[in-house]
Order: sequence, then structure tokens, then C-alpha cells
Amino acid sequence: MRIDCKHVWEHISAYIDGEVDEALRGEIDRHLETCEICSAVLDSTRNVVVLVADDRVFELPAGFSERLHARLDREMERAGSG
Amino acid sequence: MKPPNAEFEVECIRRILAGERHLFHDLIRPCERSVYFLLYSLLRNEAEAEDAAQDTAIKVYQNLRNFRGDSQFRTWVLSIARNEGLGRLRKAGSRREDSLDAEMDDSTGDYTPAILTSWREVPFEALERKELGAILRKAIEGLPEIYRNVVLLRDIEEMDVRETATALGITEGAVKVRLHRARAVLQKELAPKLGGFAPKRKGLFGWAR
Ligand SMILES: [Zn+2]
Repeated sequence: MRIDCKHVWEHISAYIDGEVDEALRGEIDRHLETCEICSAVLDSTRNVVVLVADDRVFELPAGFSERLHARLDREMERAGSG
Repeated sequence: MKPPNAEFEVECIRRILAGERHLFHDLIRPCERSVYFLLYSLLRNEAEAEDAAQDTAIKVYQNLRNFRGDSQFRTWVLSIARNEGLGRLRKAGSRREDSLDAEMDDSTGDYTPAILTSWREVPFEALERKELGAILRKAIEGLPEIYRNVVLLRDIEEMDVRETATALGITEGAVKVRLHRARAVLQKELAPKLGGFAPKRKGLFGWAR
């Protein structure tokens, strides 16, 4: 039985994460060979997933780390003397 | 994010508890980003997230001897961060925490993707254009809370399903379902906007200097 596009979309996230079993992966791969829509949906979804992981998308506020460690130093000093 | 080194952590904790307190800086440093962004996702305010991140680090330090090592250190730290965030929401009288804890299954939502017939890859280099980062951030910040948390930990901090589930206090199944929906919403929202960031022709970058 050939799977349809909707079926493929349901598993796209798991497919990207390598979490579909071998039989389903085979079905999806066969579908992708001939379906340009699902191929484009998969490629665009994966592209988004890859891009958002880049550290430039979400950056820590400037000076965050310095302020955190300065506060920790103060805290440890207090704990040490108390 | 580099995978945390469990051996280093265990050794570090042992030495900190034995009196080498300064080592705590090295222990907590690899967790900082995840702690901040988990809290930012909960509290939606930079200053408050930073303050909560500092309080979290101090609580981790004070409770270090309670770490049992049956989860990853970062997972344990993140669950402390989550409690800190939820506590602040509760104190502020916010009801948002309710929606966070509810394992709601809103399968009525529309999770069909944006239909395309071709896709030109947007490369990392495109992030040199600040607008692209802004578009991605806006789309993620616009996600419903329960999806945003999962995307943040899974796709942005690149934590595995198990660690994400533990940190958020939800099941692994819920992590997968929410991640799937979140990615579908992001694809639908972003696919039409990202086209302009792909190189015009193969091997030639469209954003000429
Ligand atoms: Zn298809």
C-alpha cells in the first residue's frame, strides 16, 4: 500500500530525528522519490530546524555570564564566611 | 552544544563539596545558556529570566550535595530552573503555569504544512543578515508556550527527548507530539518568508556585499 502525503507529514518530525522504524522510513523514502511537495515540505522543515539551532538566532544578553559569575562569587564568599 | 562530560561533572562536584568552591564556575558554565533560555521561555522577559537564572545557579550551588547522579547534571539543573520559573509565575499570580502543566491534546489545531513544490536551501551564512535571525525569533516567540518550551530545548539547545521531558516534567511522548506540531507551525509560518534568504543561483550568494 502506498502512503499518501498526509501520512508523510504526520511523520516528518520523527523522520528528521531518525525516529521512524525501517519499514516506515522505506515507505516515506519511496514516496519522496516521486512527490515534489513532500520533498519540499521535508527540506524546508529540516532547513528551519537546522537554522534555529545556530547560536546567532538566540543570543544571551550581553554580559550575562559575567554578571552570573560575579553574583556566584559574592554568594560563595558569603556562604564561606557564614 | 557540546555533550556534557559526566566524568568531569562528578569529579568536579566531589572537589567542590570537599572545599574547592571556585570549581563551581566551571561546572555551571556549560548549563548557562539552557538555563537562561528555559527561563526566558517561561517568563518572557529578559531581565526577569536573567535574575531567575542567577537564583537558579545559587540554588544549584546550595543543593549540590543532593545531586544523586541518576540524571544528567544539566537535566537536574534545568528542573531546578523550571521550578524557579514556575514559582515566579505563581507569585506573580499568573495563570500561565496551568497551561504549562496541562498535558492538553489540542489535536484540533491545523498542522498541515505550507505546500511548496521546491525548496532552495537557506545556508547558515544567511544568518549574517540580522533580519533572518529576527524572523526566526519572532516565529518561535509566537508559538504557544507548551510548544515553545519544547522547541527551545530540543531544537535550539539540542537536548535529547529524554532530557527535555525530564526538564519540562512531561512525558517523552508529549515532547515528540509537541515538537512535531511546533515544527509544522514553524514551517508553515517561515517557509514563505525564507525564500528570499536562499542564494539566487547555486554557488553564488544572493546577498552580495
Ligand atoms: Zn507527498
